[in-house]
Formats: sequence, C-alpha cells, structure tokens
Amino acid sequence: MPTANTMGTVQSEIKFSEEKLKKVQEIISRYPEGRQKSALLPILHLAQREFDGWLSVPVMDYVASLLNIKPIEVYEVATFYTMFNLKPVGKCLIEFCRTGPCMHNRADQIIDYTEKKLGIKVGETTPDNKFSLKAVECLGACGYAPMAQIGKFYYEHLTEEKMDKIITRLGQEDFNPDNKYEI
Amino acid sequence: MIKVTIDGVETEVEPGTTILNAARQIGGDLVPPAMCYYSKLKGSGGKCRTCLVKVAAGSAKDPRPMPKLVASCSTPVQDGMVVQNITSPEVLEARKGVVEFLLINHPLDCPICDQAGECHLQDLAFEHGSAKTRYEEERRSFDKIDIGSKIQLHMTRCILCYRCVFTANQITNERVHGVLNRGDAAEIGTYIENVIENDFSGNVIDVCPVGALTDKTFRFKSRVWFVKPMYAHRNCDKCCGKTTIWMKGDEVFRVTGRKDQYGEVEDFICNDCRFEKKLTSDWTVEGPAPIQKNSVQAQNKYLQGIKVDAPKNIGYGNISDR
Amino acid sequence: MARKLLLENINVPGIKSFDVYRANGGYRSVEKALKTMSPDDVMEEVKKSGLRGRGGAGFPTGMKWSFLDRKSDKPRYLVCNADESEPGTFKDRFLMEYIPHILIEGLIVSSYSLGSNSTYIYIRGEYRWIVDILENAIAEAKHNGFLGKNILGSGYDLEIYVQPGGGAYICGEETALIESLEGKRGNPRMKPPFPAISGLYNCPTVVNNVETLATVVPIINMGGDEYAKIGVGRSTGTKLISACGHMNKPGVYEIELGLPVDEFLNSDEYCGGIRAGHTLKAVVPGGSSVPILPAELFYKTKEGVARLMSYESLSEGGFASGSMLGSGGFIAMDETTCIVRNLWNFTRFYHHESCGQCSPCREGTGWMEKVLHRLEHGHGSMSDIDLLVDIAKKIEGNTICPLGDAAAWPVASHIRHFREEFEYHVKFPEKVAHSPFAHSADYKRELNTVLQ
Repeated sequence: MPTANTMGTVQSEIKFSEEKLKKVQEIISRYPEGRQKSALLPILHLAQREFDGWLSVPVMDYVASLLNIKPIEVYEVATFYTMFNLKPVGKCLIEFCRTGPCMHNRADQIIDYTEKKLGIKVGETTPDNKFSLKAVECLGACGYAPMAQIGKFYYEHLTEEKMDKIITRLGQEDFNPDNKYEI
Repeated sequence: MIKVTIDGVETEVEPGTTILNAARQIGGDLVPPAMCYYSKLKGSGGKCRTCLVKVAAGSAKDPRPMPKLVASCSTPVQDGMVVQNITSPEVLEARKGVVEFLLINHPLDCPICDQAGECHLQDLAFEHGSAKTRYEEERRSFDKIDIGSKIQLHMTRCILCYRCVFTANQITNERVHGVLNRGDAAEIGTYIENVIENDFSGNVIDVCPVGALTDKTFRFKSRVWFVKPMYAHRNCDKCCGKTTIWMKGDEVFRVTGRKDQYGEVEDFICNDCRFEKKLTSDWTVEGPAPIQKNSVQAQNKYLQGIKVDAPKNIGYGNISDR
Repeated sequence: MARKLLLENINVPGIKSFDVYRANGGYRSVEKALKTMSPDDVMEEVKKSGLRGRGGAGFPTGMKWSFLDRKSDKPRYLVCNADESEPGTFKDRFLMEYIPHILIEGLIVSSYSLGSNSTYIYIRGEYRWIVDILENAIAEAKHNGFLGKNILGSGYDLEIYVQPGGGAYICGEETALIESLEGKRGNPRMKPPFPAISGLYNCPTVVNNVETLATVVPIINMGGDEYAKIGVGRSTGTKLISACGHMNKPGVYEIELGLPVDEFLNSDEYCGGIRAGHTLKAVVPGGSSVPILPAELFYKTKEGVARLMSYESLSEGGFASGSMLGSGGFIAMDETTCIVRNLWNFTRFYHHESCGQCSPCREGTGWMEKVLHRLEHGHGSMSDIDLLVDIAKKIEGNTICPLGDAAAWPVASHIRHFREEFEYHVKFPEKVAHSPFAHSADYKRELNTVLQ
C-alpha cells in the first residue's frame, strides 16, 4: 500500500490496489487492440490521485510498465499537461484561475489575500504540508468569477470571507479532495 | 507525372511529391530553406515554418490560390499547381519573421559554438535575417544536460526541430530522450538523468541543424574550417562504413556521416565509426569530400577547384584538383 | 420568452436523471433515427438545418459530416470535443453538468449517422466532477437499452467513453485533441490529411463540439427545415452564449440567433445590463481570441446598423471594425477596465497555452507577453506598440494551427481600437507603474485633460 499522504515520506511501494488495477484494465479496454497508450492520461490522473497527489519518477515508470510503453513517452506527456504535478504538493491544492474574466472580478486580490493568509506564494506549499497554491489559466467558470479548483470541485464567487471559511474547513485532517464542501 | 510551376520554372514530378522536394528537383535559389524537415526521417517537417511558400494556384482543376502560406515540406504538389517562393514578397517577409522568431531566444554564441561554420541557423540568418535585433527581453536559457560520454546537449541553442527525436525513434532501438514541457519552455531532454547509449545514437549530432547536439570527442578541438573533410570508408559490421573524416595533417579530428547538398546525411553511421575510429589507419581515404560553395569551409580553400553543374547541383561542386 | 431547444427542460427537477429526462420527451430522436431513418437521412436533416459548428469556427456541420471517408474499410469515429477552454466560454460545461442526457442522446444519433461504434467524449481534465456525471448518464442510457449492442433492435452497436484531458487549451484544436486522445502530447497535426480521411488511429474521424452534437437532438425531432426557420440568414437555430464580465447577470443563456445585441446585454431576460453606476467600454463577443469591440462598434456597425447576435452581424466590418460570434464566450467590460492589462492577461494565456511545436507561435506569444508586461507596468516605449502589431502580423496565418491566429487577433484589435491607452501607458509611466491591483482608469478622460 502507498504511504500516507505526506510529503517527503518515501513511497514504499508503487503499486495500484487490486481494485484500481481492475479499473486500469477497464480503461485500457476502451481502446482498440494495440492502442493502450490512449489510456495514458486517464491512468496518470488515477496515479496522481492514488500516489500522494503528484507524479514521481517511479510512479511514471510504473504507469509506463502498465501500458507497455517507454518511460520517456510518459515524461513527455506528463510535462506537457498542466494538471500533472511533478513535485510534491500539499494535501489541499488550491488552483486559482487568473485569466481575463476572473482578473476583472478581483482574482488577483483573492490570490494576494490567500498568499498572505497562508504565508506562502503561488507555487509553494505550507510548512505543515496542508496547503499548496497554484495559479492556473481559464477553468471555464468565467461567469462565476473569481474562482478556484480544489480537488474535484470548483469553488466560485470567491470573497475574502469565503476564502477564510475554505481554509478553515479544508485545512482539517479529514479533508478529502473528492468531496464537495458547501462553504 | 504531374506538372508544377515554382517561381516560373515548370517541372514534372511523381504524384505525392511535396512542394519542397519538387523545388529540390529543380534546384538553385528557388529551393526553400528547411530547418526541421529531413527527407530520411518519417514524420519530420512542418514545424520551423522557414519553408513557407505561397500557392498562387492550387491545381489545374481548382486554380484558386490557397488562403494562407503553406509549409512546402509537408504540402503535396497537385497537377498544375503554381507556387511562389522567392518571387513572392509576402513569403520573403514571412520568412524574415520566422528567422527573427528562431533567433530571439537563441544565444548567438557562434564564437564559442562548435557548430559555427556548418550551422544551418547561421546560414539562414545570413541569408534571410536582419542585422539588428528588435528583441530587448531576457533570452531563454537552459542548464546543460549530460546525456552521455560522447554527446553534448546544449539545449539553449535548440530550435526544437524534433529531428533528433525522430532519429532516436527510427534509427536507434531505444529512445530515452524526447521533448519535455511545452510552449517556449519546451526542451529536448531525458527528464531523469539518463544516458543515450546505443549503436546509432551519434546520428542525432548529424541531424541537428544547430549546435544543440555536438560531438564531445571533437568539442573545442578545432574550427570546422580548419579541418579537411575527406570521404573515407572501412569495413563495418554495424553500418555502411562510408563516412566523412575530418583531418588536420594526418590526424583524424572527427568522423561524420556523408551529407548531401541540403545537409542531410546520405547513410546513417554507427557510433563505432563515429567515435572510436580516429586513426588514419582505421580508414581507406577516397579523396576530398565535396564542399558547398557557400560554406565557410570553402573560403580561401576550395574555390578554385569547384565545378558547378548548373542548375541541378548549383552550389555544390566536385573537387578535382587540389 | 424566446424559444429554447437545448435548455427547454433545464429547470425540471431531476432532469439530470434518465427517468425524468425520458419522461420529458428525451431519447425520442434516437427512436426516430434508428427506427425510421437511414444514417444518410440523419445527415440530410443536419445539412438542411444549416447547423454550424458551435465550438467557434462556425463551419457547417452537415458539410463536415459529408467529408467523412465512408468508403474506407477502417472503423469510423465520432469524437465529442468537450475541451472547453477559451476564456469567456463555459456553455458546454453548463449543458453537461445540468442536462447531460441531451449530449448522450445527440451522440447516439450522430454516431449512428456517421457509423461510429466507439465514440469518445474528450473533456477537459479540470471538469472532473462532470466526468462522473457523464459516466453516470452513459450507464443509465446503457441500462435502458440506448447504448450497447443492437440498440432498440436496430442492429446498431455503440459504446461511449469519457476521456479526461490533462490541462491544455490546445487540445480543443481537433488534431491536437486526437493526438491527446491517443495518449500523446497535444501537438496539432500537419494538415492534410484532415481527420475526415485520417484522424483517430489514422481512421476517418469527425470531431464536433458538445453543443453542436446536442443540437442534433432538436434537429431530428423537429426536422432540419423547421430548425432552419429559427434564426436569421445563415445563422440558423439557437445558440448558447456564456456571458461574463462586468454585468448584472452573468451566466449561460440560450438565444435565438439574430437577437439584437442591445437586448442581449441590457434586457432583464439576459445579462441585465452593465453593473450599476458603470458604463460599457468594450465587448469581446465570442471568446478571448476574437477581436475586441469598443462599445460603439459593439452596438452598431460602422455603417450605423444595429448589431445582432449572429455569425454574420458580429463579423460585419471584417477585422477592421467587426468581430466574431466565435464560441459564444461573451465578455463585457466596463469603463474601469484597463485595456492594456486585459491584453497582457489574454496574451499571457496564449503564451501559456502554446504547444511550442512551431516557431512563430512558440517564440512570438512569449515575446508579445513580455512586451505587454513592460507596457502595462510603465516600462514601455512608443515603438513597442508598433512592434506588437508587427509580431502579431508575423504570427498570424504562419502557424500549424489556429492558436497563432487566436493569439494575434486580440493584440491587433486591442491596439487598433484603444491605441491611446497604450500610448498613455508610455507617456505616463508613473500613473500605471503603481500597485498591480489599482489598474483601473478612464484613460480617455485623463488623456484629454492632459492634452488640453
């Protein structure tokens, strides 16, 4: 089993659970024979979720072995797409949109506020490994700006007060990135 | 055979021939420059945009012009197509723009670059660039990456032609390097520290149009115009054994594949021939290799002896008496 | 109330579920198509409808379908482009999130017409929760016999799969999308060959936007001719517009094409006007890549004709004084907006999203962003403004895919219509070099004061 969700801990064994391996096989079966490389993006997402929220080299090599492709083919793809974290991230990764419509609706101020509140800059992780901040480009929530993605869900119409609540609630031990938290 | 007219010169080519290759069949000044296309590498081309041309008439059947300039290396000729390259001011303007784009983040470190003198970007900039730069921002740079004992990767000079990636895919048995990241952060690399080692890996040096991949066994040993290229061969069980050896006196400074007038390797050679055979006794020397007339290597040295078989081999002669 | 075709039942409680969707007339088009129509009949209806691609390019859908190579013995594929990433655009998300079955229904009918037995929905990876919604809808449809083997006894088999992207705007370009779906970097392909001949796995492929495919449902239900009666001229039917920016009621609206822009922006049925106390300065009517229009050219063309929300009317005047309907990403900006900052932001986006494959886009987008960053922060010169125009010109039309154009158009149009603001940034660097957040200004007024 992979280790707990902590940064710096050695990932003891890089292997999907039986259940996840079944999922991997199901994903591969979606494509024609010999086109298993098509499963790369879905499986990288699965691996990132499973192995501490980021893609280490052993994780990427493991994915390469599952799909019977060369490791460089995985590195090329993982470095191309912005959703794949190639460095460890905190338990709660806050991804702020900063593009046009969000910028016109105070995104910069919200990012600035959050940076100050957490004492870290965008691209950094808090020392307690709870939060990481990332600035991203348009997430398709322009009418509900400013916004951030946290885990699976979007948090929209952000204000300073709302950020306070998010940080309090999502900073708790039981935070699960697959849950939707009503703020 | 189908007919195509390029800059007013009509020729007949096999169906499926690209505009660039049709132009090469005609030869001369109307051949568009190509920084990423490599006829021996499947899938190469289309990326650098230096070979853009104007299609003034799509075909005899549909003589409408194409709305945009097209990459001549990846656009097939149609019967009755009319193409403008150097006769189109629009093409020359666009090409000047492309050269400028290729140069803004290039370090322009020719004085310390091993490729100087045989660099396609240098030639391109000389022919199509402007003397001044409008770029005032900081230039992108990368750390040097070690990819083995024989090949130096100097990413800062790279123009991302992808040729070395195609070479590793198609000529070698295992590709460990590729294009990482994206946009102007894209780079050639191995991601993890990894060594490109296999019998044909050295060919990435020959296909690199700039000084991004250079031969460590030749690094800083000599300027290319101070060494004499000689055709030579040896019996090799891995490759054709037909090479160009670059000599100074009786010393072999480096070994490369033989290149045609467009700078493309005729036959890929193995690492043994390239890196290990540096004694004159390793080789049977055939004679001086042909030098392009416009090459800096020809300066003060070969001009007398060059015979030009116009128009097919313009700029490319045989040296008969030296 | 205007006619709604896609969002007609959006407010019916539980419309997300198969049962409610079906009870409200859902999946009728599948029954009609599979039981009473041939694949070519379906395509004919789509042709007659005049439907144009809703992803941004506006290419006639029926014609695109007709290009598909049906003679080859290779499998044929339909791929749904749900990689919605153009700033200002969030309509497909709304449709998939709240009424997913209309997309599944549209996909079944379209796949039947095109002969696709495996259809993929390539959705932007960030829409993670929508992947679940779509997979659930697919499972429900399958459970009810609308997917799988021998659908409704017709002998037609279809599976639909949802493929998440990895975070890359470029994958909205159809050949980059195909590359990504094959598990590669999202580098657009050289064309020709076009996907209709050689697309996914080198097989004949059609890639269509979410809204386009959902619209096939009402077209089959009402008939192509009826559908074509809605709208104006060659802009037939309804269109989802995602409205955002400085307005009272941002959101997703279904409009009949041909609606006056004034009504769309200012009536309470739609955007509800610009926020109180402010006035409209500029509009980007079709997603960040289309040319920006100053308020006066937005409401009326140069000739003084009131503009409509349609492909033709918004592009009236060409790039000199018009824009495009694009993807329907409608961004309204009031007088507090700094146009230079807006352009810098847009350009940063395209710089960030360039795949890096071809040199004009890879190098040009970064260059423009750096120059704009300097201008916005008070370190620019007058020659920078012309430099930007020239860089944009050298990118436009010279790249492998349209991202180069998408990056160049905003630069050209922002400077064309608001040049004095760029000049203001050069002339009064101390006024713009302040805190990055206090960047709003009515430059025109200030500039006039200084000049007097």
